[in-house]
Amino acid sequence: MHTERKQLVAPGELLAEGPYFAGENTYREGSKIFASRVGLADVVGNKMIVVPIKGAYIPRLDDIVIGRVTDIGMSGWQVDICAPYPALLPLSETPMHRGREGGGRRDLGYIYGVGDLMIAQVIAFDRTRDPLLTTKGRGLGKVTSGRVARITPAKIPRIIGKKGSMITMLKKETGTDIIPGQNGVILATGKNPDQERIAVEALYMIEREAHTTGLTDRVKAMIVNQMKGRTVG
Amino acid sequence: MGNQKTIRLLDENGLRVDGRRWDELRPIKMEVGILDKADGSAYIEHGKNKILAALYGPREAHPKHIALADRAVVRCRYHMAPFSTEERKSPAPSRREQELSKVIRESLEPSIMSEYYPRTTIDIFIEVLQADAGTRCAGITAASLALADAGIPMRELVAACAAGKIEGKIVLDLSDVEDKQGEADLPVAFMPKSNVVSLLQMDGGLTEEEFMQALELSTGACRRIYEMQREALKQKYHVAKEETEEKEEAQEVRA
Amino acid sequence: MSATHQISPVAKIEQKTVVDLIVRGRRLDERNPLDYRPFTVTPGMVEKANGSAQVYLGKTKVLAGVKIQTGDPFEDTPNEGILTVNAELVPLASPSFEAGPPDENSIELARVVDRGIRESKAIDLKKLCIQPGKKVFVVFVDIYVLDHDGNLIDASATAALGALINAKMNAFEVKDGELKYKDELVPLPIQNYPVAISSAKIDSSVVLDPCLEEEQVMSCRLTVTTDKNDNVCAMQKGGLGVLTVDEIKQIVSTSINKSKDLRATILSKVA
Repeated sequence: MHTERKQLVAPGELLAEGPYFAGENTYREGSKIFASRVGLADVVGNKMIVVPIKGAYIPRLDDIVIGRVTDIGMSGWQVDICAPYPALLPLSETPMHRGREGGGRRDLGYIYGVGDLMIAQVIAFDRTRDPLLTTKGRGLGKVTSGRVARITPAKIPRIIGKKGSMITMLKKETGTDIIPGQNGVILATGKNPDQERIAVEALYMIEREAHTTGLTDRVKAMIVNQMKGRTVG
Repeated sequence: MGNQKTIRLLDENGLRVDGRRWDELRPIKMEVGILDKADGSAYIEHGKNKILAALYGPREAHPKHIALADRAVVRCRYHMAPFSTEERKSPAPSRREQELSKVIRESLEPSIMSEYYPRTTIDIFIEVLQADAGTRCAGITAASLALADAGIPMRELVAACAAGKIEGKIVLDLSDVEDKQGEADLPVAFMPKSNVVSLLQMDGGLTEEEFMQALELSTGACRRIYEMQREALKQKYHVAKEETEEKEEAQEVRA
Repeated sequence: MSATHQISPVAKIEQKTVVDLIVRGRRLDERNPLDYRPFTVTPGMVEKANGSAQVYLGKTKVLAGVKIQTGDPFEDTPNEGILTVNAELVPLASPSFEAGPPDENSIELARVVDRGIRESKAIDLKKLCIQPGKKVFVVFVDIYVLDHDGNLIDASATAALGALINAKMNAFEVKDGELKYKDELVPLPIQNYPVAISSAKIDSSVVLDPCLEEEQVMSCRLTVTTDKNDNVCAMQKGGLGVLTVDEIKQIVSTSINKSKDLRATILSKVA
């Protein structure tokens, strides 16, 4: 191995030579493995990977995403999930579709209108077709309240934290329910707008300082400080 | 403006107008991720050149029919601000800007793994805020950083630098006066890891030997510039790695 | 904006045929890697132009015309005439050419040919000054691509040079600040003969004068323009591929050598 664990690497940097596999964000040339994105190099078993700092959201099967309706078609909705590909939610993939077969755009508009936010799951995606969504499932469906933060998808694991440590702290300290979409869109729902605002601030703070130390403590301190003036009324 | 007076480009000690030796680069400064809305960005100062590069993508192809089924379409626009040159330049794209947009795209595209994002576009914008010869090279260097900053998968970074001939001598990194009065200009873009050239243009007059010399000079400089690019990326994303691990484990215990 | 070109209309197996042949040192039309297709240069086709030349390079056909007019000199060169080169890839030349303003390909073509002529000082522009700072001759070189079967750059550069050598203008004198034309026809003050040689990199081989099918599979192209003194006066790499330093050195060497033959052939047909 030519790099140390958690070392910041740039595209084209030599990571390893010999009996290693090329994992995500790396590529192989002959017997050498190079990084293909800026990020932290790591090794999992004998697989070299790079955890990227930034990058577009590429949908994966079963991802939970938060999206916004941009168009209504004859049998479904076009949904912006902050990916380079527009997603499609077919009417047949919503729990309300029974009894509404043959409905036109107006009917569909009653379920989701343009601009509506939803929590959905990716049920299909490959190189030849745009991602397909479903809202059949627990916790999926229209979002009626709350505030939304948009961060780079690569930082979602940091929002969640090791064994959920970060997100648990956030929920507890802000009193909000936080739902992170794999596409970098995060929903924070609280009892009042102040809680939601503080939660969103915390999320952006984590994105900005994801690579620093003592982050959980600092974020907690920021939240507690902000909440002090808010708990009354 | 009238007839520009020609001046001596090399003095008795072989030093150039700005005091540089024949193989010295002008001062270079690079910064990554300075724009908020772009997916990736970089700013470079190379001599008096001030150039901003921004990256949007991969994003949905608009209009749809330009999309390619098996890879991303890479688009590139090289543009000079009207106030960037001595004489005001019209904002409309000139033929020179159109040619440079093409050769710059062709210098960066080989490094991009565009097959990762079929049916999308990756849009590169290079804005020259102040020009002082060597804008296409500095633009390529900055654009490569912007691509990396955006997290676009790439084989490696691309660095670029020009060499030339002034008063019969091969020199590195022409300044504006040297470009205007000199005898040859050779811009080169180079990928140091793979050892290949992705942009090569020349105008002027060089013998075969002079050309070989100039090519070696510019590719050598590209290697130095590549190290600066890596440094600029690390500056942006500096990590204290051991501390991160320890603190995280400690937090787990407490949580 | 410059954008990645659309996919090649050539099927994968057809591309493979070209590559396989070249790897074995052979080409589609039985040429050697360094051979040019047979070419003809026919001067003077367009009588109304000051000069013209039509080039057939294999099946590629390019017509260049020269028009000489008077105009204002540029501010920073008040004693020099002006050269301007334009190229049009007209739709009849290829199913892939569309009508409209010049696209990046025709702009690149024009500028590469322009650089060859300009940097080699093929035309002594100082001799085209009528009144310093006030009036000079403007030489318009217009390149018209009529049939695209590859290597438009070399064919266009040859046609442009041919048209310039063929061009005639009325002899002139300046009397009492007035431009007066004489009856005598004289050629342009040509003092150098730039020749463009384009090489295509296919797989790891290099071939000269690529035909269209070869261009469709090549990874990139390197054009080297040489003047009569074996000085390289212009170069342009084009395409999405890359070249090693050794490949570049090899191509430059070969091109300088090859340009001697080509120059002799062109001059024999036009002079």
